[in-house]
Amino acid sequence: MTAPVIAPQRRTRRGSELFLLIFVVLLAAVVSVAIEGALGEGVTPAPLWFAATLALMFGITHVAIRLFAPYADPVLFPLVALLNGLGVALIHRLDLAAAAPNERFKVHFLTGNASLQLAWTAVGLVLLIAVLVIIRDHRSLARYSYTLGLVGLGLLAVPALLPASLSEVNGARIWIRFAGFSIQPGEFAKIAVIVFFASYLVAKRDVLSLASRRIAGIDFPRGRDLGPVVVAWLASLLVLIFEKDLGSSLLFFGIFIVMLYVATQRTSWLLIGLMLFAGGAFVAWTLFAHVQDRVAIWLHPFKDANGKGFQIVQALYGLATGRLFGTGPGAGRPEIVPYANSDFIVATIGEELGLFGLTAILVVYALIVGRGLRTALTVRDSFGKLLAAGLAFSMALQVFVVVGGVTKLIPLTGLTTPFLSYGGSSLVANYVLVGLLLRISDAARRPPASQQAVQPLANAPTEMVRL
Amino acid sequence: MNAPVRRVAVAVLVMFGLLFVNLNYVQFVQADKLRRNDGNKRLLLQTYDRQRGSIVVNGKAVAVSIATNDKLKYLRTYPGGPTYAHVTGYYSLVYGSSAIEKAEDSVLSGDDDRLLIRRVSDLITKGRTPRGGDAVLTLNADAQAMATSLLRGRRGSVVAMDPRSGAILTMVSSPTYDPGPLASHDVAKIRAAWTPLASNLQKPLLNRAIQETYSIGSTMKVIISATALQNGYTPSTQIPAPRTYTPPQTSVPLPNYDGTTCSGTGHQTLADALRVSCNTAFAGLGVKLGADKIKAQAAQFGVGDKLSIPMRVAVSDLGQLADPPQVAQSSIGQRDVRLTPLQNCMVAAAVANNGTLNTPYLVQELDAPGFQPIFRASPTVLHHPMPADVASQLQGMMVGVVDSGTGTQAKVPGFVVGGKTGTAQNGNGSPDHGWFIGFAGKEGEAPPIAIAVVLEQAGRGGSHDASLIAGKVMKAYLDSPAAR
Repeated sequence: MTAPVIAPQRRTRRGSELFLLIFVVLLAAVVSVAIEGALGEGVTPAPLWFAATLALMFGITHVAIRLFAPYADPVLFPLVALLNGLGVALIHRLDLAAAAPNERFKVHFLTGNASLQLAWTAVGLVLLIAVLVIIRDHRSLARYSYTLGLVGLGLLAVPALLPASLSEVNGARIWIRFAGFSIQPGEFAKIAVIVFFASYLVAKRDVLSLASRRIAGIDFPRGRDLGPVVVAWLASLLVLIFEKDLGSSLLFFGIFIVMLYVATQRTSWLLIGLMLFAGGAFVAWTLFAHVQDRVAIWLHPFKDANGKGFQIVQALYGLATGRLFGTGPGAGRPEIVPYANSDFIVATIGEELGLFGLTAILVVYALIVGRGLRTALTVRDSFGKLLAAGLAFSMALQVFVVVGGVTKLIPLTGLTTPFLSYGGSSLVANYVLVGLLLRISDAARRPPASQQAVQPLANAPTEMVRL
Repeated sequence: MNAPVRRVAVAVLVMFGLLFVNLNYVQFVQADKLRRNDGNKRLLLQTYDRQRGSIVVNGKAVAVSIATNDKLKYLRTYPGGPTYAHVTGYYSLVYGSSAIEKAEDSVLSGDDDRLLIRRVSDLITKGRTPRGGDAVLTLNADAQAMATSLLRGRRGSVVAMDPRSGAILTMVSSPTYDPGPLASHDVAKIRAAWTPLASNLQKPLLNRAIQETYSIGSTMKVIISATALQNGYTPSTQIPAPRTYTPPQTSVPLPNYDGTTCSGTGHQTLADALRVSCNTAFAGLGVKLGADKIKAQAAQFGVGDKLSIPMRVAVSDLGQLADPPQVAQSSIGQRDVRLTPLQNCMVAAAVANNGTLNTPYLVQELDAPGFQPIFRASPTVLHHPMPADVASQLQGMMVGVVDSGTGTQAKVPGFVVGGKTGTAQNGNGSPDHGWFIGFAGKEGEAPPIAIAVVLEQAGRGGSHDASLIAGKVMKAYLDSPAAR
């Protein structure tokens, strides 16, 4: 341990954040102008209003971060703001495609889905600020872990318990619909459950990392310690069976296994997880027609290119038509793909911004995940580490599953693309997730409260030694 | 706990790496294959984003794209309707395109490289998607309208060209169709319009002028006459014109039309033989000249050439001509002689143009948006089938046919008209095709129009009607203010 006795005064780097946010707003404006130019005969003031709205909302959030989490990671918020801004612009672009050409530019502001998404952005940012204001120390969350765990499971289970008329959309029962609104509780359940996992695993990790048998050079846990992993596995299968939600099922189980691994450092948990996953996947494939359908479409999408394979085939055509540089914003035909603004927004990006644009988006996600994992590495407490790692990995896995599905790398499962897809639940929940990451990163980068009082070696957290 | 977090970071890198590699596979390696897949409508839809150029005849658009309020920005419409259907062709979402729409697609759509510089400057200065270029046709609107109305209710074709240049003045095929509904944006409407056309036994979609070949009957005698005049004969050379002619190597006699006699003496001049269309005289003459000379002369008229006007023209053919009986039958346009109406028009055109055959063409000019020509047709010589003096003799013989022979119906008051009628048997007891080929012009001037008219299975009187139609169409052209 060669840490300096007195840490140098760390800079908050809020100025960098502001600079990056200005760039993000400019980018969203440029893309909107390009879209209008390509779709119409001229440019309306709509992009200006759009950029001004974004600037206002992001500006307020930036000020809140300055006030309530001054040491938070300066890159994280601009990264998600970029995805959010671009997402609204693309949703607006798809709104325009759906409108009759002479109706398109009558209203000089965002309308339809794009205006809703912008409203949801405001809600998400308010919640992000609320997270920063209310949760002044992320460790306080650990106290509510069981409550959050129950709430999470409850949110997850509600759609399965509701009558299908209130919960089913396009075959998946993952919604709660009332009074014209529909929310996907699973998006919020994800965060609650990750908080619960983090707290639970930190508490139990000594037991769970106990080894009893050594097979082929790997320590395997005792049979009775398998309990939690089996419970998580069963819960995932139940989600799959009762809600027909392949994506969430995979997401929850994947997050749990990886957090278990991070908590215990036991590779054996990964192997056990993989085996359970393989078993579960096989059982699901044998039992459920909709799982078989998904696999068949993945293997041979062109067999039924105008039927079941239509969506993925059209997405592939779109990606291929975009090629390296894309058709340009507004110049492609992404609206051919069903659900181009939600599940398949990646295909829209690939078609209009090309391989280069889509790769840039993947890099943005990788940076978000990287910033999250970096926070996990630098924060001092175990709970914070596990929570940050879990939140960051959940983002990585979700992006992998949805982008992999749309590009035919893996079978298609219904998950939203964080911050890009049209949909309030996903957007708001992901802003809460980023709020938590900001809070933890603030703790990680904040210099010790009174530097003189620190007696470095004696008080050094044990985790530091574990390095 | 940091070591496993680092390993998770590596795993995340691998996951994103997989996504990246797969994206490269889809968007780069497989891109062209996927893009060009028939199921990918994007490339087709792209063409509807730009205003397609017009097809123009005598200053009026016969095919024009208009802005719509549909998902597809522009709708193709055909003010020319059925009158120009076989020339413009159709432009359909479902069934692709045909004729000029297909042959000149790169200019009409605006994709042509010759439009590139304009496209870029348009984009910069006007900030809007540029439109396609226009195709100006050689057709004459008055002659085209006349031919269309005269063929209504009949099966057949009228083709006329300017012998002096090769410019096609009339191209009508009947029955015709309306290309408008095929260009609809409503797939159901397109199919509803297409199905009866495609299944119609009268083949309305077929452009008979260039896509169908026919027995040409006695119009073949013009080719035989040209061969004879270049091999020591003159219009006044006496040739045998017996009641029946039995070629060597067979015992089957060949009679005259309706078994009539051509001449009381059993002989007549070459000019008279053509004037009254004597079968026995030309069968004997053909056998005497021999297959090789006839084939060579026909090739000089363009028979056997692969032409694009710019649409592909079906190749005309004389058949084998393997032995004297075949030569005899072929000399009166029967047996395996098969010509397109355009090819037969080219025969008349070569005679009218003093023995020089110009390559037929349909596109006078291609214009970039704003009427700047990027292409202008210039006449090119295809062949020299005969010297000018021979052509002049043959012109005189053909004028005789219209003045006092079988083609008197084709007369146009105030103009010199030459021609040749034909009645072609087409086997298995179905009615004969009626033909007329010819030309018209002012005394002492090169004829500005040559024509071929065919009436499918018109039976007795077919050539009479064909001559009548030819005369009226030529008159319509000669009277037309648009004709130079």
